[in-house]
Amino acid sequence: MSVVAAAEPSKLADRVAIRSWRTPILLGVFALVAVVLFAILGPDGQATFRISQDNDAWQVPNLVLPAKAFGIVASLILVALAVAAWLQSKNQARVAKWVTMTFAVVFVIALMVWIIGGTKTQNITLVGLFAGAMLITTPLVFGSLSGVLCERSGVVNIAIEGQLLAGAFTAALVASITQNAFAGLFAAAVAGMLVSFLLAAFSIKYVVNQIIVGVVLNVLVSGLTGFLFEKIMKTKVDGVAIYNQPVHLPDLPIPFLSQIPILGPMLFRQSIIGYFMLVLVVALWFGLFRTRWGLRIRAVGEHPKAADTVGINVNRTRFLNVMAGGAVAGIGGAYFTLVAVSSFSKDMTGGLGFIALAALIFGRWNPIGAALAALLFGVAGNLQSILSLAGTPIDGQFLAMLPYALTILAVSGFVGKSRAPAASGQPYVKG
Amino acid sequence: MKLELRGITKSFGALIANDHIDLVVASGEIHSLLGENGAGKSTLMNVLYGLYEPTAGEILIDDKPVKFSGPADAMAAGIGMVHQHFMLVPVFTVAENVALGAESTTFGGVLNLEDTRRKIREISAKFGFNVDPDALVEDLPVGVQQRVEIIKALVRNAKILILDEPTAVLTPQETDELMEIMAQLKAGGTSIVFISHKLREVKAVSDTITVIRRGKVVGSADPTAATTELASMMVGRSVSLTLNKADAVPGELTFKVTNLSVMNDAGHRLLDDVTFSVAKGEILAVAGVQGNGQSELTEAVLGLHKRTLGSITLDGKELVGKSVREVLDSGVGFVPEDRQDDGLVGEFSIAENLILDLYTKAPYSRRGTLNRAVIAKNADAKVAEFDVRTQSSQSAADTLSGGNQQKVVLARELARPLKLFIASQPTRGVDVGSIEFLHKRIVAERDSGTPVIIVSTELDEVMELADRIAVLFAGKLMGIVPGKSSRELLGLMMAGLNAADAQAQLDAPVAPENGELP
Repeated sequence: MSVVAAAEPSKLADRVAIRSWRTPILLGVFALVAVVLFAILGPDGQATFRISQDNDAWQVPNLVLPAKAFGIVASLILVALAVAAWLQSKNQARVAKWVTMTFAVVFVIALMVWIIGGTKTQNITLVGLFAGAMLITTPLVFGSLSGVLCERSGVVNIAIEGQLLAGAFTAALVASITQNAFAGLFAAAVAGMLVSFLLAAFSIKYVVNQIIVGVVLNVLVSGLTGFLFEKIMKTKVDGVAIYNQPVHLPDLPIPFLSQIPILGPMLFRQSIIGYFMLVLVVALWFGLFRTRWGLRIRAVGEHPKAADTVGINVNRTRFLNVMAGGAVAGIGGAYFTLVAVSSFSKDMTGGLGFIALAALIFGRWNPIGAALAALLFGVAGNLQSILSLAGTPIDGQFLAMLPYALTILAVSGFVGKSRAPAASGQPYVKG
Repeated sequence: MKLELRGITKSFGALIANDHIDLVVASGEIHSLLGENGAGKSTLMNVLYGLYEPTAGEILIDDKPVKFSGPADAMAAGIGMVHQHFMLVPVFTVAENVALGAESTTFGGVLNLEDTRRKIREISAKFGFNVDPDALVEDLPVGVQQRVEIIKALVRNAKILILDEPTAVLTPQETDELMEIMAQLKAGGTSIVFISHKLREVKAVSDTITVIRRGKVVGSADPTAATTELASMMVGRSVSLTLNKADAVPGELTFKVTNLSVMNDAGHRLLDDVTFSVAKGEILAVAGVQGNGQSELTEAVLGLHKRTLGSITLDGKELVGKSVREVLDSGVGFVPEDRQDDGLVGEFSIAENLILDLYTKAPYSRRGTLNRAVIAKNADAKVAEFDVRTQSSQSAADTLSGGNQQKVVLARELARPLKLFIASQPTRGVDVGSIEFLHKRIVAERDSGTPVIIVSTELDEVMELADRIAVLFAGKLMGIVPGKSSRELLGLMMAGLNAADAQAQLDAPVAPENGELP
């Protein structure tokens, strides 16, 4: 029997009928902002990007750009791209990908030049920007990998924030008492798993709404660590708060690799937690997409009943994954007190657990994607703190909302479709 | 391999789904389980497959008692199952789905999908399945997805294959192909348990038939038994399977659809340039395999789709671009295909459900306040008129059986004077007794001079009710043929041939070789 070709008639008329002006309008607005800010209000003088540090193996000369001229050129390009987008919408009813991509890149570069040109010093160290970003990126990556582990198996983990905080507190306490940073690291993983155990027990065994359990756990951990911080860590022995002086994990620079400009200080002058992070991202990606373990986990997160009918124990898989996720987030929490800063302070994770959730979504539930999203958020966050010191034309608090704005754009489909595991958040109850 | 079930009982709380069921499936036979929706067929098979634990009774394989604590045990014992709702992960490839749970791996648990692909190709070649191991399951037509399910069972060396309502989603031609596959499997020594409520198929394929009613085995029958005999065993009383309706007396063509296209957000045409009209006093049935644009057609008429091209007119008035409220007020009655989700509010009472679209109007409400007494009186009248079996018209709608729920929906939609009546899947999941009643009401509405559109994926229902039959395939209209057209013609059209080509193929002296679906 012959079959009519199922190929769709992608007639122009059809596309015009569903045409959306969203992209050209958005680009137009941004192009207008660019004209006003970068060209008309553009600062005089130059923006200097310092790329190499003095002790790097190769010295790369600084990048110097005249701010005003660059602003004019960039805003002209942006206007041209916006017009191209409008024409494409009108004639072909869709905007080519390269237009939006180029627009985004040019806009970000022009924004940077404008901001740097507007500061008092008119220069920025890229090494500082990226290496400093790791302070934020590292816990974000661990948090979002915890999210990957949980959500890929079908459990929404809102409690990442709580797991990070529990890890940070426990690491500080145990490392102070034992005077051993690795004991602190181990204890942090256990603390994260304890939070996970509550999440798993309530959401998998007792089928309580996962979002609610997660939120409650965050409040619980915040309250508990705050209380113990006041009662234990502030206790002074001989005038010293001995329970909040954790031993730190040393930095372990890798010879040669750590000399590479920008990448060296960023990736190869880290503590053991940082290297573990790099390994974990790759290992988790490989595990999820190339091994039996990952195939089963993804099946459980997509279609638990199908997994059940081929003999996979759905709830046990979920339980184990949530526990593993807790350990990962706990180690991420340890980074705060064993590497980043010298001691624990109340609510020191400051909402990074929620940004980790955003990174997870932005990275499309893929370990590598989530890590790159975490890096982006880390750079944005660090840029904000650098700029608030350098005295910029725009308020640092304004830049601080960048990760959230990006996430909203991501989940609303501007950066391609983001598709969650189909059964994420749905408890599995056998008939 | 011989399979025996002895005294299987399965109860969910007070509800006894299976009541001391005995069943013997001999080696290499096709054993049909015949019963209405809700008779307990699927529950029984889920017990057999280890998904449910039986409350009492035992399972014997080759006369040795076995106990399954989960599907893994059942599979290890050689039982495979193709579920009514496929147990396939849509975002996985065929190979990944087949491998899942029985993966070949190399060192350290790394997947070796090449091994699985080879097995799929072997089985595919042996039975002529034509399945690409690397295709994404969500991109495959349901007929092919079903073959993937069968491959899944065969890769695990199933000796007994349970097919749960396998033909519900297939075209008549695909059904014929499935039956050929079943015959091949049987020839290869596999026993098959075939679950269905379609008498014609059961008769065509079975070696033995066991009839189940309300969780009990009511008897077994020979495939040569008369259709009416099987039907009365299944239902428990004699039923007339043919609706004696008078010929239609078509009047004026009042409902016209011209060049109607419906698109999804990506610009994909779900309904493509469809033109037809319906006269007063006739039933136009829209046939086709599920998902070929039927839902979009009815939803577009009602105004539920925003990306619509073309025109829909009722009594000369344009409906495209109107709100749902305006469309309903212009005299359109609509029975949605999913009564649980779209037709009723489950927690609302029958009385409230009966005025879901009338509550703003007198006498049901006045100045924004509902008139409870009138609503209750209306409900009692409708419950009596439509023979809704319920304790009270104040019971929640979701306490009713499928057939009675559908009667409530129909009663509501027929309560207003109509200029057009659309019913989508009016008898899906409805018991045979209610089907009779619902069909009679639909024909009565036609005879009162309303243009009627019935959408159904059940060819039997289409042929029963239709004065004319329109067939949709991939969103396109394959043609409109008279209601008395042959099953073969409709089957070819449902598979994508237009009316003329399909007729030509039937008239051809030698039928051409059957091709495969892509």
